[in-house]
Amino acid sequence: MKSTPLLELRQLTKSFGGARALRGVDFELHAGEVHALLGENGAGKSTLIKIVTGAHQPDDGTIRIGGETVSSLSPSSARSLGIACIYQQPALFPDLTVAENIGLRLEGASAVRRIDWRAREERARTLLARIGAVISPDAEVRTLSMPEQQLVEIACALGAGARVVIMDEPTASLTQKEQHLLFGVVRELRTSGVGIIYISHRLEEIFALADRVTVLRDGQTVGTSPVGDINEAGLIRMMVGREMTQIYPPSESAPREVVLSLRDVGCNASGVQGVTFDVRAGEVFGLAGLVGAGRTELARVLFGITPADTGEIRLNGEPIRPRNPQDAVARGIAYVPEDRRKHGVVLELPIAHNMTMAIHRRIFRGAWLRPDAERALALDYIRDLAVKCFGPDAPGGSLSGGNQQKVSLARWLATKPRLLILDEPTQGVDVGAKSEIHKIIRRLAHEGLAVLLISSDLPEVLGMSDRIGVMRGGTVVDILPANTHAHTVMAAALGQN
Amino acid sequence: MARYFRELSVAGALALVLLGLAVFAPAFYQPQPLLSLVTREAPTLIVACGMALVIISRQIDISVGSQFSVIGVCAGLLAAKGWPLGLVLLASVSIGGVLGALNGILIAGLGLPSIVVTLATLVTLRQGLNLVRQGEFVNLPDGLQWFGLSQSGGQWTLVIAALVILVLLGWGMRHVAAGRLVYAVGSDAEAARLAGIRPQLYTFLVFVFMGALTGLAAMMNLVQSPQVQPLSGSGLELKVIAAVVVGGVAISGGRGTLWGVFAGLLLLACIAPALIHLRIEAYWEKAIQGGIILLAVVADGVRSRREGAGK
Repeated sequence: MKSTPLLELRQLTKSFGGARALRGVDFELHAGEVHALLGENGAGKSTLIKIVTGAHQPDDGTIRIGGETVSSLSPSSARSLGIACIYQQPALFPDLTVAENIGLRLEGASAVRRIDWRAREERARTLLARIGAVISPDAEVRTLSMPEQQLVEIACALGAGARVVIMDEPTASLTQKEQHLLFGVVRELRTSGVGIIYISHRLEEIFALADRVTVLRDGQTVGTSPVGDINEAGLIRMMVGREMTQIYPPSESAPREVVLSLRDVGCNASGVQGVTFDVRAGEVFGLAGLVGAGRTELARVLFGITPADTGEIRLNGEPIRPRNPQDAVARGIAYVPEDRRKHGVVLELPIAHNMTMAIHRRIFRGAWLRPDAERALALDYIRDLAVKCFGPDAPGGSLSGGNQQKVSLARWLATKPRLLILDEPTQGVDVGAKSEIHKIIRRLAHEGLAVLLISSDLPEVLGMSDRIGVMRGGTVVDILPANTHAHTVMAAALGQN
Repeated sequence: MARYFRELSVAGALALVLLGLAVFAPAFYQPQPLLSLVTREAPTLIVACGMALVIISRQIDISVGSQFSVIGVCAGLLAAKGWPLGLVLLASVSIGGVLGALNGILIAGLGLPSIVVTLATLVTLRQGLNLVRQGEFVNLPDGLQWFGLSQSGGQWTLVIAALVILVLLGWGMRHVAAGRLVYAVGSDAEAARLAGIRPQLYTFLVFVFMGALTGLAAMMNLVQSPQVQPLSGSGLELKVIAAVVVGGVAISGGRGTLWGVFAGLLLLACIAPALIHLRIEAYWEKAIQGGIILLAVVADGVRSRREGAGK
């Protein structure tokens, strides 16, 4: 393209602790361009955005805005240089009106001045009209829907004279009709000379909306191409050309009887619909899909957190419909959740308490706790899972991420489940602990458990699973065998064939 | 008018009570007792205005009663020493500002929860005062009561002063940027930060302002009697928080107006005299006030639930 780019990034790098999030990213954005940014979960898109908005500082590399090299970028300097980001969760004042929200963003923080309500309302009306939004300036923001709040954010960005607008998965929570409205707004912005960085997993959106697309993989720019010069298969190839960096323990057990059988299972509240598959004893069934595809939601349905309202769930041939987690546990389902810190290990409590938390009824005799029984059980699991700790009385918070995960796992194994659901079991865990956890998963399957493995780490799903269910839009769209190629899985996850 | 629905419904309830009194107990409207009633509530109104700001900014200050007592005694001692009225007034407002700043530093500066910080200052100030004064009354010099005016002259002065402050603050909270920023900080501190507003600064200033208004209110209380009671402010915090909540200020911050607080305060203040005039046992006062508070909280809860479900 001609002219100086609005935004130019050269060889950006960024590490967090030991993990290298960006390893040399190049990117440029021109005025009047919609530039899509595409990449697998964890490819580095969010880190890139946070650097551009000034939330993170790069370790190395060059940022040029309008041709000028910028040495450091803070959130406020980024904003004054005309960079605005529309997040999925808008940062608005819920109790104040639309006009006031826009006003507070644009008027600056000076405290001693008269508020001109009429001018505020007029400006809000003008800005909203420019993007074709039908929202009353008088409405309180908390009464607006999520997409309406996004439109208010866009109006703020426009009012602030933004030249670069970043949209992070803007359509994630929108209906078809709302999407159309939003696309119209994006096109309007492009015509007025704004450069838009558009992040989305939905390829059809990228082809419908973007001028160019840049693909990131493992923190590096794989390539940039005009949308007209590339097809879906090409994009997918660019996204997944990742080599296997880990050796996974081989599957050694022949699958036995069916443990979990789902027929057309759905849950309106969480968007899960028409899920059908079986998991056998001795089998690791992987669930692949992009963020928001409904994998965790499905796990929560099976565990009774958001109970199913349609379809049939059978466990060991018996029809069940878990109403709540206690019910699910009683029937032999265990769920090791995604976010250890929030839902998993209680950092203040000793390891032993953490491990027996789900089986209090067995550890208690009447009202009396049996510390000896609790301790014995904890010691068993510490040995069995090779938890590195100072004994069962050490607090959960004293453990590394991988060992916390093992404690979380022990808690659910103690319930003697038939079905074990693991949600991102190795997220934030170092490589050594990761491979230990993989071996444990394999062994548990070998001992006869049915394992449902949810992971955003595509090589992990491919390496660990006997079969892979690919989810998209709340349902399982494809079931693939173990030796599937990564890019077949990615194509299914993105909805392409 | 939908914006002021909550305020109007409190005003409606107040109007009903006043109308009921006009029909069943016209004696309530005798000018002198009524003026005395309103005068007694004038200091409370000033503290309630400050409390409204604190709660709008999503904090709370339960130490105002103790502050009020301490400032009352200090101001009384200064007046007894012969300080002129103007200087005593300045001193009370300043002492209030300093006490508020102490709360503000702990809450905004260190990020401590306001309920715990102000509980600590409530107890410390009250016990400190007890220890130093041993419950002694302060006798005020002649000529201080009612500013040396006639009783009704003094009463009118206080009532008008309180109303002027109410109107200025109520107007400022809507039409001056600083007022709107208090709402913004209370509605979502993180969003405020992103909009370039400094939430800690506003939280601090709101507490200083709360203290200064408490100082002013203590002064307005002082001139109503020839003596200062050592515990003149005990229970004041509950009274003003009740008025603020009944007046429609959301305890979760960001919502409500001083007009509502005014109506809420009058509504609660009418209950006791209304009971006397209607010859109902005075025991019922607290029960009825409690019922009104409960009703207000439940109404707000139902309303915000319904709005949340409408998304």
